[in-house]
Amino acid sequence: MVESAALKTAGGGGNGKAMRIVRLAETGRPPVTFTLDGLKAEALAGDTLLVAILAADGFVRTSEFGDGPRAGFCWMGACQDCWVTVEGRGRLRACSTPVEDGMKVIRT
Amino acid sequence: MSVSAAPHETDVLIVGGGGAGTSAALHLALRGTRVILLERGQIGGQASGVNYGGVRQQGRHPAELPIARRSREIWGRLPELIGSDAEFENTGHLKLARNAAEEADLVAYLDVARDHGLPLQFMGNNEIHETYPFLGPTVVAGSFAPEDGVANPRLLVPGIAHAARSAGATIREFMKVDAIHHDGHQFLAEAGGEAFRAPVMINTAGFWGGAIAERFGESAPIAPFNPNMLVSEPMPYFIVPNLGVVGGNVYLRQTRRGNIVFGGGFGISDPSVPWSRPLPEASRVIMGLAIALVPALASATVIRSWTGIDGEMPDHIPVIGPSRTTPNLFHAFGFSGHGFQLGPAVGSILAELVLDGRTDIPLDAFRIDRFAAVQ
Amino acid sequence: MSGDSDKPRIAIVGAGPAGTRAAEVLVAAGLRPVVIDEAAANGGRIYQRQPPGFSRSPEMLYGFEAKKARAVHGAFDRLAGAIDYRPGALVWNIGQGALDLMRDGDYDRLAYDRLILATGAMDRVIPLPGWTLPGVTTLGGAQVALKAQGVGIGQRVAFVGTGPLLFLVAYQYAKAGATVALVLDTATFADKASATLGLMNAPKTFAKGIYYYGWLKSHGVRLVEGAMPRTINGEGGVTALTWRDASGADRATACDAVALGWGLKPETQLADLAGVPFAYSERQRGWLPEVDAAGRTPLGTVYMAGDGVRIGGADVAELAGARAAWSLVEDIGIAVDKTEIARIDRALAREDRFRRAVERAGPFPVALAAGIADETVLCRCERITAGELRAAAREEVRLAAPEVNRAKAFTRVGMGRCQGRVCGPAAAEILAAALGSPLPEVGRLRGQAPVKPIPIRADAALVPEAKAS
Repeated sequence: MVESAALKTAGGGGNGKAMRIVRLAETGRPPVTFTLDGLKAEALAGDTLLVAILAADGFVRTSEFGDGPRAGFCWMGACQDCWVTVEGRGRLRACSTPVEDGMKVIRT
Repeated sequence: MSVSAAPHETDVLIVGGGGAGTSAALHLALRGTRVILLERGQIGGQASGVNYGGVRQQGRHPAELPIARRSREIWGRLPELIGSDAEFENTGHLKLARNAAEEADLVAYLDVARDHGLPLQFMGNNEIHETYPFLGPTVVAGSFAPEDGVANPRLLVPGIAHAARSAGATIREFMKVDAIHHDGHQFLAEAGGEAFRAPVMINTAGFWGGAIAERFGESAPIAPFNPNMLVSEPMPYFIVPNLGVVGGNVYLRQTRRGNIVFGGGFGISDPSVPWSRPLPEASRVIMGLAIALVPALASATVIRSWTGIDGEMPDHIPVIGPSRTTPNLFHAFGFSGHGFQLGPAVGSILAELVLDGRTDIPLDAFRIDRFAAVQ
Repeated sequence: MSGDSDKPRIAIVGAGPAGTRAAEVLVAAGLRPVVIDEAAANGGRIYQRQPPGFSRSPEMLYGFEAKKARAVHGAFDRLAGAIDYRPGALVWNIGQGALDLMRDGDYDRLAYDRLILATGAMDRVIPLPGWTLPGVTTLGGAQVALKAQGVGIGQRVAFVGTGPLLFLVAYQYAKAGATVALVLDTATFADKASATLGLMNAPKTFAKGIYYYGWLKSHGVRLVEGAMPRTINGEGGVTALTWRDASGADRATACDAVALGWGLKPETQLADLAGVPFAYSERQRGWLPEVDAAGRTPLGTVYMAGDGVRIGGADVAELAGARAAWSLVEDIGIAVDKTEIARIDRALAREDRFRRAVERAGPFPVALAAGIADETVLCRCERITAGELRAAAREEVRLAAPEVNRAKAFTRVGMGRCQGRVCGPAAAEILAAALGSPLPEVGRLRGQAPVKPIPIRADAALVPEAKAS
């Protein structure tokens, strides 16, 4: 059966292990550059920090309690699972904060 | 209120299921005494269960220190006594001074502590910032109490109550006492449509203990006490000791999981409901005071705030001891924010008063009739 | 507000369909409400506006609902200048007749005489093994990603749950060019068939549901009904969803993202802090604020409307927002349009018949929620498992927890950043099952301030010695 084959080939369902959001529309916006844990990353103007981070890498924060990476959940400011630190701005909820040029994002 | 069945008979009736009441039930039951404890809400639902979680002897009123010393010994053997540790951790307590006057206060207390066998280590400006680099420049000195610590207030009293029940005590929740009197021989109480009768009664009803004392003709000027507390999201663990300041306008600790628990100032309450709420004004003042103490807090968020209802006496120490109007009635209430650390020992002291008629702990400062003169 | 000191101070929390229509009625009555919204742009979640620089048309964004979205946006835009609009502001506490606000890191306070809460809803979810993995979102989250950001949560997405959003979001993803790996509806065909008559109360809405289903089917998307999800597999990301089909056979579907949702739940924390009483609703399988059909709460000065009261969808929210505002207008002694109110009341009654059918067509799978395996993370904020919650229901080292707040105190379930918004419904089901109690008896998690995280800030005006670092 096709489905059980998918289970055996872990990773076969996606393009690698990490989460990858896919830009499906509005791709003509001007680019914005920011840094993610010190590394340069690129996003599009109008992206939320959540999208900007996930477009660059597969997670947004790490659970404080040892159960791995998180990448938000509700995308609407309810679940509080996408808080990050932005240098000079403090703690921000990635899903409700627009990315800005030069932002320095530190994931925890 | 009509009461249908025959009264439940017991040796000791305890009204109020906080730390002192449940601990009294445990110590009495361990000595074979029949006990019924009536709690109006949930066990540990008010001051004992929603407090800051400090297990602190340092800075206690000198009269409280003998109780605090005994309690600390019990805290250390909670696993043997109740089968769990309520997340008690011997982190030490660091009391901080932010100016010369506060520093003088710390120095003066060193003698009080020495008299009661409480070890303290004084630290000057250089030493304290070297030892605790996370402290802000507002701190000029500190006094470290190595035996003190922190615990999870939500776990302690339900744990003691379970141990008391295992030892044979009857613990009844959601049993608000509607009527209570002494018929010359016995205490009679009505709660939840049931009647209870016992030759001995213990009043450990927290803020509501004042009203119970009143029914027996003893006036204790008690006021609601609603400490305003906040907790942050988890941060990497970096603050080991429980922190306080001279004057007490802010206190702060970090849990092993990383949350910073901090408080200061007061919320509001209506004990008749009972209902209590933290106040945003107080919360915002505490934020500023806490950041001054530990500047790294400025990079975190607050995820919850709360308060509860304790009772405060005019001289900020509890009422503990026998009634002056009614034989075989014992009070322990009005802990003025000190009950969490003291509770375990207070229960053992009450058990001694009931069963032995005496205790080694001096209780004169806690007499209920001490307010007669000021009224 | 110059020269308005005799007028009552009115605040509306929420600028979605309910808040918009409420503001419209108030302005028409000569009032000037403050409209506070946590989002940067009005429209709520359903008609969320995309950020500046995005160019898709409302037809592309909202599909069949484009006309309604345009109408709600237009209505709000026309209120400019007539309302005191404060976007991007979180109301984090209500008490003593005032709202405590947080906007761009600054604290503020707003006293009110009357308050309309139109706080909307979020997805109701059931934790599954693997649900904290990157790539797993709510159904609403998957939709927001597409609608407000033009992104899909993955390349190959499985949609799991039940309710109107399930097929809609799957359809939107497929239309946008993502691969829909699977649509798994936990409701059975029989659930839906039994609801058909009631759904005919709103034939157009019903027809849209059929359309999405039919479109997905005709485009070869795999749709399964009466199935139950089991695990989300992967490490650091999603690789597969495992599930059990209606016949009991175990299946697995390869995917790189999963969207979950079993209908919606009202966001009621602010109502709780305002002091609105709650009552248990079997329809919601949860506690809802006590609000009458005219939007009044027993508090007298607080009104509520929209999905933040009970789930009814955007059309109901528009009606209920207007209705609550009319009640407010009437209560302060301004003449009301009785004909208009009667029209709204009739429309609301009709919508409720439809709503009951929607609920019947997509019942909450109680057994799935109550039966979450012991080792599964239940509270994702605090990383507490279902088994830890079940242990709190037993008297072992401490008294047993007879209700959810005590269970929270013992286990930290619901004690994290989200305050139990996400895990609350499942936690209540688990605790009730463990205690053998009916669901209402385990109560509801009390709201606590702040309803969402707020920054720790030193205000020099309050604490002079605390110099902001």
